[in-house]
Amino acid sequence: MSQFAINLIFVGGSFALYIGIAIWARASSTKEFYVAGGGINPITNGMATAADWMSAASFISMAGLIAAGGYANSTFLMGWTGGYVLLAMLLAPYLRKFGKFTVPDFIGDRFYSSKARLVAVVCLIVASVTYVIGQMTGAGVAFSRFLEVSSTAGIWIAAVIVFFYAVFGGMKGITYTQVAQYVVLIIAYTIPAIFISLQLTGNPIPMFGLFSEHTDSGMPLLAKLDEVVRELGFRDYTADVSNKLNMVLFTLSLMIGTAGLPHVIIRFFTVPKVADARWSAGWALVFIALLYLTAPAVASMARLNLLTTVFPDGAEAPALQYDERPQWIRSWEETGLVSYTDKNNDGRIQFYNAVPSFEETADARGWAGNELTVNNDILVLANPEIANLPGWVIGLIAAGGIAAALSTAAGLLLAISSAISHDLIKKTLKPDISEKGEMLAARISMGGAILLATYLGLNPPGFAAQTVALAFGIAAASIFPAIMMGIFSTRMNDKGAIAGMLAGLLSTLLYIFTYLGWFFVPDTNMLANTADNWLFGISPLSFGAVGAMINFGVAFIVSNATDAPPKEIQELVESVRYPKGAGAASHLSH
Amino acid sequence: MSDEKSPAAQYWSANLRLILGCLIVWAFVSYGCAILFRPLLAGIQFGGTDLGFWFAQQGSILSFIGLIFFYAWKMNKLDKKFDLGE
Repeated sequence: MSQFAINLIFVGGSFALYIGIAIWARASSTKEFYVAGGGINPITNGMATAADWMSAASFISMAGLIAAGGYANSTFLMGWTGGYVLLAMLLAPYLRKFGKFTVPDFIGDRFYSSKARLVAVVCLIVASVTYVIGQMTGAGVAFSRFLEVSSTAGIWIAAVIVFFYAVFGGMKGITYTQVAQYVVLIIAYTIPAIFISLQLTGNPIPMFGLFSEHTDSGMPLLAKLDEVVRELGFRDYTADVSNKLNMVLFTLSLMIGTAGLPHVIIRFFTVPKVADARWSAGWALVFIALLYLTAPAVASMARLNLLTTVFPDGAEAPALQYDERPQWIRSWEETGLVSYTDKNNDGRIQFYNAVPSFEETADARGWAGNELTVNNDILVLANPEIANLPGWVIGLIAAGGIAAALSTAAGLLLAISSAISHDLIKKTLKPDISEKGEMLAARISMGGAILLATYLGLNPPGFAAQTVALAFGIAAASIFPAIMMGIFSTRMNDKGAIAGMLAGLLSTLLYIFTYLGWFFVPDTNMLANTADNWLFGISPLSFGAVGAMINFGVAFIVSNATDAPPKEIQELVESVRYPKGAGAASHLSH
Repeated sequence: MSDEKSPAAQYWSANLRLILGCLIVWAFVSYGCAILFRPLLAGIQFGGTDLGFWFAQQGSILSFIGLIFFYAWKMNKLDKKFDLGE
């Protein structure tokens, strides 16, 4: 059977499963549509949260980033998991107690202000739309490679599938589909990793293999990798980072952003009890960690495999003949994500870090520049092929990558559509709308959001990595501080919250646009995006944490300079702090 | 001072103390061991590299899981003690 047929079976089979689940779990009320009826078991919810959270970025890109950056890119591992600690302790249980459908719902009611609700809707939509573009593009890339269609066709296929199960099933359908997608994606991620870890270290558990002995050389795997990359002029894989402030702030931005992303927060509205929201955050992180603890092993092993494929006998010996290159290089060359130019005309592939400090060594070896460029994003998808694993593993990876992109896209689209139908239409424009009418509005706005995301996915403004950073920056600088202050401060009032959200949002946007161009239009940036120009060495991607601090500071000052919130709001804040029924709040306020 | 507080206020300050303790550990393993104190831990070898690297790529994530379950377990006990659970 051809590889194409195998891919088709795996991808097609997983789609049939998702659509079957969506039909079985159709939503029949707004409560089922928005929060799955509030009756999801915490472990099930944890698994669905994990699928919701782990996007194409986690599945496809992250290991590639770590492979390229080594220790320096550990920020992604810590940043995208540490946010769950903040969620479990600072947000999830209280929001569950509050018992509403959406994030703007909480902000609007807590700050007794429709303006605050609208600001929250805008932050939510901007953060979610920018994030969903990346998912559509990611699904398109996976489809085009594995189903051998154009990436345009791939994006349309993805749109139709998401439309089916998200629009019909709502949160209930999405939750059960995401459970299936989690199972598919985690199997797809770990099986190749186990094989590769066995091949390289003899240890079947990748997270232990990473710190084990490399079988061929008898050295520890990471020491071997450091040696190999050093001989090719790269920085040591485990080398320390000098700009620690930026590393801390970047990790912090990712953590706060994780805790502030609306599609993750609304997952905690679906469990039956407050205590379940706490457990559920823990289970979500367990399921996420299965991938995140494996990813660094995949990263280092794939880097080592890649370099030893090109230099089978070490850096001093002749490199691989281009004509003898393995099949995976040939197939990825067709996508343009791997490319080769024979700069010194010797018919071999010299793959190294062509920096001035390494020039002397390169000259001595007769190398005239780096000849192979490999896009980081292909690493996980190409990994089974690089390690010569059987065809069904490749089919599995295809299904897994697509599951990761689709599950996150569905969660984001639900967050967008509920903000439009519930917060904008029901709460602001047309309060007398019937439940049926609201569901119809939710489904139509979801259809609209899918079309918009598809359009933007087809015409990406060319800034995938930046938009993800923007989504995190916005969530970190606007949504997270507003919710947290709404719970932990009875004194915080509407003016403080609105001023804080706007200050956090605008300062973050301003800082990002200063270096990356106004609305990311190339050449409109006011300063070059280099470390020398950054304020205190803080990169635009790390600014979300600073934006959050600005939000907290401004909100505190403005709130204390204006009137305290009304008594019933202070009682409301007291009541969300205790899991017991809302009645307890009245006799507690004194 | 705490004698004069209502049970609900005691519950809330116990929660705040617990959160603070957990967040100190949270910051210590990630920002501390994995980033800022990595040079200090460089002497401790671990699987071909140093302990700070392990914290950055494995240890901090494992600690986060432990923290959340510890917090959920403690809070359930507090909910029961103050009879404020559901």
